[in-house]
Amino acid sequence: MREMTYSEAMAIGILEALAEDETVVLMGAGFGGLHGDPAVWGQLREKFGDRITNPPIAELGYCGIAVGAALTGLRPIVAIGTGSFSFEAFPQIANEAPQAYYGSRGQVTCPVVFHMRAGIRGAGALQHSTAPQAMYWNTPGLEICVPGSPADVRGLIKAAVRSDNPTIFIDHERLHPLMGEVDETSSGDIPLGVADVKREGSDVTIVATSIMVHRALEAAESLADQGVSAEVVDPRTLVPLDKDAILRSVAKTGRVVVADETQKSCGVASEIAATIAEEGFDSLRAPIKRVAIPNVPIPYHQSEEDYVTPTAQRIVEAAQVICS
Amino acid sequence: MSSTMDITTEDKLDLLRRMVLIRAFEERVIDLYHRGDIAGLVHVGIGQEAVAVAVATSLLEGDYLYGTHRSHGHFIARGADINKMMAELAGRANGYCEGLGGSMHLVAAEVKAMGATGIVGGTIPLALGTALAHRDAGLVVAVYFGDGAANTGGFHESLNIAALWKLPVVLVCENNGYAEFTPMSEHTVVERVSEHCKPYGIPARTVDGNDLLEVLEAMSRAVEHARNGEGPTMVECLTYRLRGHYIGDPAQYRQANEVAEWREKDPIERLTKQLKSERALDEDAASTVKREADERVEDAVRFALGGEYLSMDAMTARVFG
Repeated sequence: MREMTYSEAMAIGILEALAEDETVVLMGAGFGGLHGDPAVWGQLREKFGDRITNPPIAELGYCGIAVGAALTGLRPIVAIGTGSFSFEAFPQIANEAPQAYYGSRGQVTCPVVFHMRAGIRGAGALQHSTAPQAMYWNTPGLEICVPGSPADVRGLIKAAVRSDNPTIFIDHERLHPLMGEVDETSSGDIPLGVADVKREGSDVTIVATSIMVHRALEAAESLADQGVSAEVVDPRTLVPLDKDAILRSVAKTGRVVVADETQKSCGVASEIAATIAEEGFDSLRAPIKRVAIPNVPIPYHQSEEDYVTPTAQRIVEAAQVICS
Repeated sequence: MSSTMDITTEDKLDLLRRMVLIRAFEERVIDLYHRGDIAGLVHVGIGQEAVAVAVATSLLEGDYLYGTHRSHGHFIARGADINKMMAELAGRANGYCEGLGGSMHLVAAEVKAMGATGIVGGTIPLALGTALAHRDAGLVVAVYFGDGAANTGGFHESLNIAALWKLPVVLVCENNGYAEFTPMSEHTVVERVSEHCKPYGIPARTVDGNDLLEVLEAMSRAVEHARNGEGPTMVECLTYRLRGHYIGDPAQYRQANEVAEWREKDPIERLTKQLKSERALDEDAASTVKREADERVEDAVRFALGGEYLSMDAMTARVFG
């Protein structure tokens, strides 16, 4: 085990993915840009420079190129950069890639990974803060990975690359400098669709992914001080979603807070809450609580961001209401 | 066939047969549409067959092709199975995509026809991706689009990247004068789509798209250029769809005399006339060509209408591979 940043673990995962399959290619220089550790990211260029292309800022064009390459033999990882930029490529991500396998009845597959960095980052303002996972969840045919720890990002990026389906891979901007343990002596593989219980508890379940896992753990710590035992379940991937793990935890605790940094309406928390209401209603001893972003665009200034961010404190408050 | 110089009379007869087959297929599609056996948005390219046949002829077996929303002819010319195509249009499980895609989403991977699309210009970046994936293998990718697609952002992004990376792609513009219901003079500032290639340094030619041999000659050079690693080219084919944008389109946006003028330039009539003047074809032989095409299409209709619809279970399964 070694302590490393989320960013470094991400790089290790990509290096491993490149090493295990020569059809894996990188599109975009963004990986080594913001927050990138030059020592680690430098290895990418040294070892696999011939498999890296740096396209112009033309998201629609290069995402389409990645889809076409994926349809015919390559496994591209596309670095789109900020999640909101992926909207520039929406026609290709939402209207070509996800339909390729289904619409051709398996004549073709589309093993492309659309990588983006998203979420409320600190003064990112209106067009650099959006977390697009809920939007993509409304597009059947896309897998969605939202890892929250160094070990998870390393394992999931490899799973996303190996998958024959198009995958949206979202790193929260604030995860990159976070430290965590990674076991470099093992492959660290994590299958898609397998949740991880990040903390066990018995009174209330907190379902959280990505950056929210850390806020949920912080909330659980605070709740423990108040005598409330919280379990933190991290689905890690939204598509496929490990419903069983969520429902198992809810069956144990009978109370649930779904915390997510997407908008409340039709957001990630909404879909998970609806699923629990539909399939786990008998287990519930209190109403389901959602802690999410109000239905406003993400404002610029830090103080305004704090107002909309689903913090640990808001999770604690939600849990207190249903546990009292 | 690498060059039009080597074209024999027998070759020309074969090219004619393929155009006639496409025409017969699409005329029957219109008929089936009005009978209710085919539904939805169906775009026929009657009048544009010369481009389809010339492009397919210029490619080798391993090369790739991407289509548009108006791609029946592109696929048939490429050698796709017309039985499975007709079944797909009829929404049957024995179709290429088990009836899930229909006319606008044909995929015939077995002949490297990678996809039609319902989105104008949608396949242009995809073709570049395939070209990138197979650049070192000496393969060529041809992608169709229309004059309307030349106004999209994806088109211009693709021209820049294709030129920048010297991708082995041939951009085949079927300029039929209308972007859906809008004439070219109202939808763009250029007179010819090929003019867009100048700033990107992409060699381009504009040809008479209803003259099969002229298109074939231009395409053969373009394909050779790509295969030699010299990068992308554009072949703009001036043509015309004799029917509306979709089956059922009253096409009130164009004048009867314009349609009549283009009817005079019908590519099938032109090649037929040429072959007759060369005494390679007489009235009887021309009738035989037509009859044989009709018979093949009737077989396809029987195959299609004999197919089942996909079950609900099958339809909701296999969203992921």
